Amino acid sequence: MRLKNKVALITGGTSGIGEAVALLFAREGAKVAITGRNETRGHAVTARILEAGGQAIFLRTDVRKAQECKRAVDETLSSFGSLDILFNNAGVFYPQTALECTEEEWDLHIDINLKGTFLMSKYALEPMIAQGAGVIINNSSGWGVVGGDKAVAYCASKGGVVLLTKAMAIDHGRQGIRVNCICPGDVDTPMLPEDAKMRGLDWKTYLAGCENRPLGRIGTPDEIAKAVLFLASDDSSFMTGASLVVDGGGTAD
Amino acid sequence: MQLKGKVAIVTGGASGIGRATAELFSREGAVVLIADVNEAAGKVASEKIVKSGGRACFERTDVTRAEECRRLTERAAREFGAIDILFNNAGIIRRATILDLSEEDWDRVMAINVKSIYLLSREVIPHMQRAGGGSIINTASGWGLAGGAKAAVYCASKGAVVLLTKAMALDHGPQKIRVNCICPGDTDTEMLRSEAQQLGEPSEGFLAEAARRPLGRVGSADEIAKAALYLASDAASFVTGTALVVDGGGLAGTI
Repeated sequence: MRLKNKVALITGGTSGIGEAVALLFAREGAKVAITGRNETRGHAVTARILEAGGQAIFLRTDVRKAQECKRAVDETLSSFGSLDILFNNAGVFYPQTALECTEEEWDLHIDINLKGTFLMSKYALEPMIAQGAGVIINNSSGWGVVGGDKAVAYCASKGGVVLLTKAMAIDHGRQGIRVNCICPGDVDTPMLPEDAKMRGLDWKTYLAGCENRPLGRIGTPDEIAKAVLFLASDDSSFMTGASLVVDGGGTAD
Repeated sequence: MQLKGKVAIVTGGASGIGRATAELFSREGAVVLIADVNEAAGKVASEKIVKSGGRACFERTDVTRAEECRRLTERAAREFGAIDILFNNAGIIRRATILDLSEEDWDRVMAINVKSIYLLSREVIPHMQRAGGGSIINTASGWGLAGGAKAAVYCASKGAVVLLTKAMALDHGPQKIRVNCICPGDTDTEMLRSEAQQLGEPSEGFLAEAARRPLGRVGSADEIAKAALYLASDAASFVTGTALVVDGGGLAGTI
C-alpha cells in the first residue's frame, strides 16, 4: 500500500482517468475525495470504494468557481483531517479550429482545464504548506506539448497546464510541495468516442487513427492512473516540475 | 514485488545510480546481471545482492566493445533464459569547454555514453523480440535537454541519448519493446564529486551550488533508481519514447 493514510482530492473523479485514479488510490490505502458535476456518477464511484472497504466522499464542485474549490478543500479537511495529494484532472475537450471555436467554448476550456487547476491548487496549497509536505499532479495532455488538429482551445489550455506546473514547482519546492503533470495520449475514456462523434468520424476510422503510434494501441485509464500513482507516491520524491508523457510513443516523433 | 521473475541487465552497475538500481531491481524480485569495467566494485555489488537473498552476477564488460556486449547478452540469455529489462546506464563526464577538450576525451565520452547503448541494445533487442516484449531504460541527463557550462561533450552525448531513445521507441514499439530514458539532475554519486575535482573547485561550494533547485537538495541514487523501476515495471506499460526528468525541479525554469 503506497498511499497508506494519505488523503487525496481528485477533480473530475466521476469517470475516465479520474475515476481510475480514485479507485487505484483507494486500493493503495488513501482516503479519497472526488469532485465532479454529475452527482449520480460521483456517488457510484464512492460506493464502489466504500464497498471495497475504502474511504471516499463525493463533493459536487464546479472547478471554475473559487468558492466551490475552497469548499471542496475545506470539506476534504473536515472529513479526513488533512490533504496530502491533489490531482487536478477535471477537463473538457471540443474539437475546433480558431475559426470554429466560439468565445464561450474558448472560455470553457481555459476556465475548466487551466483556471480550475489554479483555483484548486491555490486552496489546497495552504494546508499542504502548513504541514510542510504535499503533492500536486496536474492532468495535461500530449497536446499540451505538441499541437493537434482542430484543438486550439484544448492545446492552449493544456500547454498552460504544463507551464503552470513548472511555475508552481519553482514557487513551492522549498515548502516541501512537489508539482508535476502527466501528458496522456489517447486513452479509452468516454472523451474519445465523444470526440469521434463531434468530428463526424465513424468510430472504427477514428480509433485506427488513435492506434497509429509505436505501441499500436490506445491506453487504458488504469495505465494513466499508475503514472499518477508514481507521481503521488514517495517513489518520485526527487521529481518536481516534470511532465510525464504516457502516450504509447505517440509524441516520440 | 514489481519485477518478480524478470531478468535485468544493468550497465555501470558497480557504483552510483547503476548500483542503487541493481539493488532495487533485486529487492523487487528481478534477477540482475551487473556489467561494469570496474571488476572489484562490480563483484562487491553483486555479492551484496546475493548475501541479502537476491540473485545476481557480475560480468566484466566494456560496453564500448561490440564483442563484449555480445558476450554479456549471451551470458544473460544462457544463464537466465531471457532478458526483460536493459538499463543502459554506464556513463562518464568530462567537464570542459570544447577548447579544453581533447579529441580522445570526445571519442571516449561519446563511446561510453551513446555508442554503448547502440551496441548493447542491438544484441539484446532480438531476445526481447522473441520473448514478446521488454523494457529498455537509458540514462540521459538534465543536460541532455538543456545546456550546461564546461560540459560540451557530456551535453552532446546526453542529447544524443534522448533522441536515440525516441528513435528506438518508434522502431521497436510494434514488438512491444518500450524504450525510455531518465534525465537525472545532480545526484549524490562519485561522479558528482569528481566534477568538482575536474573543475578545480572546492567540493563544498560545488555541492551547495548543485543543491540550488526548487527542492533545495541533490538527489539520492535511490531516488533515481525508483524512477528506473517505474519505467522498467508494468506500471509504465503505456510509456515509451519518454524522457523522465528527475531533478528536484532543476529544469522547471529552463527550456
